[in-house]
Amino acid sequence: MMTQSQSDEASSPRPPLTGLEGGALGLQRPRGPIWRTTRPIRAVLVAAAGAGTLAAVVWTAAHGAVEPYVALTFCLVIAVGELARITLPGHREVAPIASAGAISYAFLVSLGDVPVEHSASQVVAVVGLGLALGELPHVAVGRSPRLEDLARRVLAVILIAVAFRPLVTQLSLTEPSVRVTLLMASLVLLTWLVDAVMAGVLRAERLRTNLLVAVRDEVRAQFATGAAIGASGVLIALACTVTGLVGLLVFSAPLLVSQVAFRRHAEVRRTYLETVRALSRVTEVGGYVENGHSRRVSHLAHGIACELGFSEAQLLELEYAALMHDIGQLSLREPIAGGATVLASPREQRRIAELGSAIIRETGVLDSVAEVVRRQCEPLAGDGDEGVPPLGSRIIKVANAFDDLVGENGDDERRAAVLERLRMDTESEYDPRVVDALATVLVRA
Amino acid sequence: MRALPGGARVYVGIIVVSAVTIVLVGPYSGIDLKTLVLVAVLFVVAESISTIVVSNGKMGMSPSSAVSLAAIVLVGPVGAAVVGFASCLTIRKQILVKRAFNGAQFALAAYAAGHVYLLCGGTVGEPVREDFPMILLPYVAAVITHTVVNSALVGVLMWTLGAVRARRKSPIHWRPLVAVELSSIGYQMLGLAIAAVWGGVGIIAPLLVLLPLFIARWTFAQQADEARAHEATLATLCQAVETKDYYTRGHCMRVAEGAAMIARELGMPAERVQKIRYAGMLHDIGKLGVPTKVLQKTGKLTDDEYAAIKLHPTRGYEIVREISFLDEALAGIRHHHERLDGRGYPMGLVGMEIPESARVISVADVFDCLTSTRSYRKAWSVEDAITELRACVGTQFDGRMVEALVRAVEREGWKTPDIAEPPGGCYEAAEKAVGRTGEPAAEGSAPAPAEAVPGGRDR
Repeated sequence: MMTQSQSDEASSPRPPLTGLEGGALGLQRPRGPIWRTTRPIRAVLVAAAGAGTLAAVVWTAAHGAVEPYVALTFCLVIAVGELARITLPGHREVAPIASAGAISYAFLVSLGDVPVEHSASQVVAVVGLGLALGELPHVAVGRSPRLEDLARRVLAVILIAVAFRPLVTQLSLTEPSVRVTLLMASLVLLTWLVDAVMAGVLRAERLRTNLLVAVRDEVRAQFATGAAIGASGVLIALACTVTGLVGLLVFSAPLLVSQVAFRRHAEVRRTYLETVRALSRVTEVGGYVENGHSRRVSHLAHGIACELGFSEAQLLELEYAALMHDIGQLSLREPIAGGATVLASPREQRRIAELGSAIIRETGVLDSVAEVVRRQCEPLAGDGDEGVPPLGSRIIKVANAFDDLVGENGDDERRAAVLERLRMDTESEYDPRVVDALATVLVRA
Repeated sequence: MRALPGGARVYVGIIVVSAVTIVLVGPYSGIDLKTLVLVAVLFVVAESISTIVVSNGKMGMSPSSAVSLAAIVLVGPVGAAVVGFASCLTIRKQILVKRAFNGAQFALAAYAAGHVYLLCGGTVGEPVREDFPMILLPYVAAVITHTVVNSALVGVLMWTLGAVRARRKSPIHWRPLVAVELSSIGYQMLGLAIAAVWGGVGIIAPLLVLLPLFIARWTFAQQADEARAHEATLATLCQAVETKDYYTRGHCMRVAEGAAMIARELGMPAERVQKIRYAGMLHDIGKLGVPTKVLQKTGKLTDDEYAAIKLHPTRGYEIVREISFLDEALAGIRHHHERLDGRGYPMGLVGMEIPESARVISVADVFDCLTSTRSYRKAWSVEDAITELRACVGTQFDGRMVEALVRAVEREGWKTPDIAEPPGGCYEAAEKAVGRTGEPAAEGSAPAPAEAVPGGRDR
């Protein structure tokens, strides 16, 4: 654990990840000394988890472990679960089986007839070792874990173990009962809330977005996995009091099915996004727009939207809309010169937007995306009596104009000039809030 | 289900009567009434909720069967039959016959599984510590019996309804089936969990057990929705690209279907069929880089124009290569214009060097080209097209793929495009200008060798 957290700090100014969620705008993040990181909260959390685990391991080694075979079994199950970790939509890494195993080890009060009285530090040590063991093969093939997610897994267990283990001896809990179950359930709930808040803080720090929005996103995203993990963890602990260690193995199986479901879902999500990303390039290949235009617009729009506090679902919708905003050009007989829609006549712009929106609406599932695309070129006050266009449309309008005017490799000077030009049009064309957000995003990048 | 065939009526009657008999005869000695009622309520709840959640026809897992199995352990075969029969009371819209059959079928499956459980040495009642791990053996036997009896009862019903016979006789794909069965057995192990903690914490246990179950089902349903959305988006975008050329409307969808038919006929696993289908849909996406006037040119192509067309598989590959799940099907897009004799493009691969997916898509592509109208010729009939494909086996196509397509088309038919004539009716004029290249090549009025074979010219 410790080596991992150290190596994390060494590489804290990470190279940008490929996905939007991975800090799209950190393209040129300043490299600095290792103690100067752009994400201090993450570093603190990872360091805390690492230090906690190390302390627990040392403590346990010094005082000796009780029930070593039980500990070993749980350690192995946790390792296997960590080995089978999955990445959910939005780059969220979870390991349901490892987490459920860890929670049940923390909640274990007896095995068959034998009361189990391991200390909180033993729980943390076993879980830490199990996680490290499970990560080894991943690290060996170069798939290092997302450290903040790993740290959250550890911290959640630390929380539960520290709260629950002392109670075992104080209240001499050995039998499954309604009282014990309720206690466990409320502890799990509490931990889950704390964990969601932690994740939200990390997300807000990473995407530079509103904290409340980020926490809400995390609560929503982790609801399903959290409930499955928590319920299984409590269940395994309760079942083990009757069935002994067999319970751990047997009752991990159903969670495996949930895990398959989660994994499939994540795969479909990823494929969907990849498909839209790939197909958004058809306009480039067809010579309708400049190379990389759709992606740059989508990156910029993402940054702006984070700045304006978009929720995750809204971000996804906006990303689709931004990627496909020029798709209407496919219906044009010949590409417009240079592909820059900002230079086309308003009538033509509107036609492209409407053609594109019609194509997207055709899918039958992306109606709100189609709406954003349809109204992307309207002036600030909107067209006709429809009122102000959606914020997504206003963002795409600004991002698109910016990218069209700056081009593929504009320098800082040009960026500043273009930004100034957009600012001058904030009376009628561009939303001043969006332009301000764009300025913030540009300064950071 | 409105008008049941006679056979099905008799069958449903037999099943329902035998289930009712079991429930009525008992014996009910030694069954804790409170437990029985609680388990039955739980079963009804599980069964009712499951219908709301599942919109995915493919996954036939039911959390209620876990409860049914818990009932076997807690209240024995007869009690489990009662619990199973309680599914008649589920809160959902269902006609009476279906309700009765469902209940009876659950009752019989549970009853049979219960007896197998007893035979293998299982004991009825809340399991105590001494029962573990020995209880696993009878329990697993019960799970398997439950699954088998259930499938058999439903299978026979389908058979009496004539639903199974109407299906094609193509080989059953075992892998997905086994995967579904295994995961459902995984779920049913939860029944033992319910039974094991029932004594300690009572009704809270099933809540704990059912929560992850419902979440998994919900996730599966979401995944199915999203997969559908993905499919719709992909199809729409492909069609949007096609609008450039009036004649190729619907081409990508038909090639996707054709390629999937061939792949299925060759017995490929469902996942791979799906990938090849998507690749078929996307195979011409690179045409977007080819100027419209070249695509729609009616006369002979110049070398430069032909070179521009030759680029489209590579262009297409470049667009879609980031769609990681397509993996090997990507090669199908890149090489769908290769020929077995090595005279294809872009790389001139020979024989089995050409990836399998490309050989599949190539046949489907040319078949659809031939059976639809082009700017330079009329559509061919399916029979003519098949003759032409067969004539090109060995030089252009892999015989296995062609024969698979023929078999599939014979069985399932082929939907030819309904575009007879574009606005303006320009293809007649075009046909005269080109010198009737549209006639089957077999007739001898063959143009230059590169174009004698349909795929050479049809882009």
